[in-house]
Amino acid sequence: MKSFRLVWANLRRKKVRTTLAIGSFAVALFLFGLLAAVRMGFRGGADAAGANRLAVINRVSLILPLPLSYRDRLLKVPGVAAVTYASWFGGVYQDERNFFPQFAVDKDTWFDVYADNVVSPEGRDAFMKDRQACLVGRALAKRFGFKVGDRLPLRGTIWTGNWEFNVVGVYDGNRPEADTSGMFFRADYLEERRAYGKGTVGYYVVKVGNPDDAVQVTKAIDALFENSPFETRTQTEKSFAASFAKQMGNVELLIMTIGSVVFFTLLLVTGNTMAIAVRERSGELAVLKTVGFSDRRVLGLILAEAVLIAGQGGFIGLALAKLVIPRLSRALPMLGVLYVSPLTFAAGFVLAIAVGAAAGLLPAIGAMRLRVVDALRRI
Amino acid sequence: MVRIDGKGNGTALVRVRNLDKKYVRGTEEIHVLQGLNLDVDAGDFVAFMGPSGSGKTTLLNLLGGLDLPTSGSITVAGDEITKLSAGSLTSWRARHVGFIFQLYNLIPVLTAFQNVELPLLLTKLSKAERRKHVETALAVVGLTDRMGHFPRQLSGGQEQRVAIARAFVADPTFLLCDEPTGDLDRKNADEIMEIIDRLVREHGKTVLMVSHDPRAAERARFVLHLDKGVLMEAAKAGAGT
Ligand SMILES: Nc1ncnc2c1ncn2[C@@H]1O[C@H](COP(=O)(O)OP(=O)(O)O)[C@@H](O)[C@H]1O
Ligand SMILES: [Mg+2]
Repeated sequence: MKSFRLVWANLRRKKVRTTLAIGSFAVALFLFGLLAAVRMGFRGGADAAGANRLAVINRVSLILPLPLSYRDRLLKVPGVAAVTYASWFGGVYQDERNFFPQFAVDKDTWFDVYADNVVSPEGRDAFMKDRQACLVGRALAKRFGFKVGDRLPLRGTIWTGNWEFNVVGVYDGNRPEADTSGMFFRADYLEERRAYGKGTVGYYVVKVGNPDDAVQVTKAIDALFENSPFETRTQTEKSFAASFAKQMGNVELLIMTIGSVVFFTLLLVTGNTMAIAVRERSGELAVLKTVGFSDRRVLGLILAEAVLIAGQGGFIGLALAKLVIPRLSRALPMLGVLYVSPLTFAAGFVLAIAVGAAAGLLPAIGAMRLRVVDALRRI
Repeated sequence: MVRIDGKGNGTALVRVRNLDKKYVRGTEEIHVLQGLNLDVDAGDFVAFMGPSGSGKTTLLNLLGGLDLPTSGSITVAGDEITKLSAGSLTSWRARHVGFIFQLYNLIPVLTAFQNVELPLLLTKLSKAERRKHVETALAVVGLTDRMGHFPRQLSGGQEQRVAIARAFVADPTFLLCDEPTGDLDRKNADEIMEIIDRLVREHGKTVLMVSHDPRAAERARFVLHLDKGVLMEAAKAGAGT
């Protein structure tokens, strides 16, 4: 576009105003990045969930247990490839504020089902050998500086008393956004030491051989335990994780509301900035038209200016978010692993451009409709 | 030749017939131009004089396709511009008209060079060709050494010279000047008039100019008075004939 220089020169004419306009976009898109990251953090579990995993929970409530004896019966259901189980421990490390999730898991079957938890062979070996072994997530290890060989004491809340674990390995996720903020230890250790709840587990996770069978297997499992003292509710891990997230309140709605308000404000602020710019420059726009710039070209000039403001501001805000949010996330680990994905970046950028164009549209139409003779008379 | 009796033989570059322009302001109607006729040949230099509010700017705007008359016709080089749509009028303007205003009307954020280049951005010329044209035009107005200056770094006379360069850089059919010296002191005004005069004499341009200033109008080959909505011939004093 040959007139690009004119657009660029116009942007630089009121540096403070342009900077402020770009700044509003930067702030808004930073917030967008943060909200998207938080939303992803909450849904992270849901998105990371395998399509071939089913969670089997107590039909009455997630917090009620299921008998350990179900394990063998689940294995016999047609279509089931593997079964493992876990229990929420809910221990406190030093202080309540140091919250992180802890699960007692079955050492023999856990990794058959959760191949996406990556542990070194030595770590896995040690986990098999040491009754008091535990594996900590990469993020958790970073947060408290846990190393292999450390003792990790927890104060039990469900099963009271002081519990001690040996850190034998650090697990990673196989994706950057995977949640590694938790800790696993052996269910047999829990079983041995706990005073009540013996012979039960928190929930089962069933791996189906073929994801297409998931629905059928789900029905078969719930039918199997119907009318027993412990009826089950089986769901895909995705909806299981989602219902887990729902307990945090309707975060999604909150995020969408905040996001919409911010972008609407941005639209008004930018629209106003562009309207002022057009009004101030009506004489110059008239000159351009006199010279022969078509109405459409004048419309394009103003739109390009708005889009350029939006694009620059959006890029700065998103880049900043990409840089800062992972650090922020380390300081606020209860939100899980926060990061700005390439998709978030792209979506944010497109959104910024769209808001810029929308904000520029009315002033640009005004500029397009400006009558030369009237504008020249006003000079 | 210039005629105002509406009896030109059709060879004129600019032909105006029965031009009427009314403005409506609230309930009041202002009849600015009332059946005006004009024929101007290529290469002529015409000055329009008349008291403030007599309709000189209105006439120039109509001739330049910036506005449409209430009735009547304007034909320039065979194109009846009063029949063109707004869109085609704009592209017609780009090809045929160079405007020079009293207040220079340069774009403040562009350099002298970039201001002059503006009309060329609408052509198919390459960057190198544009540069050549702009440099030639700025040389004609004697501003080769100010190409990189912004309007605020130039004097009023220099700004107007840049505006003149911008007006003729794309080689338009005619130049329309609305009080080009109205905002300048005597010395600068003379310099500007000298340049416009040279454009007519040496480059064969056709110029239609509105001016209050008798010294400026004196340079023109024909001086016409706008009075009560029509043109009147003035007693021709001095040079050119
Ligand atoms: N857009 C307009 N609306 C109403 N009246 C106008 C408009 N433009 C010009 N006029 C009136 O038309 C008359 C002629 O104006 P103009 O052509 O600017 O005169 P001049 O250039 O000779 O001073 C003036 O009375 C002016 O107020
Ligand atoms: Mg005037």
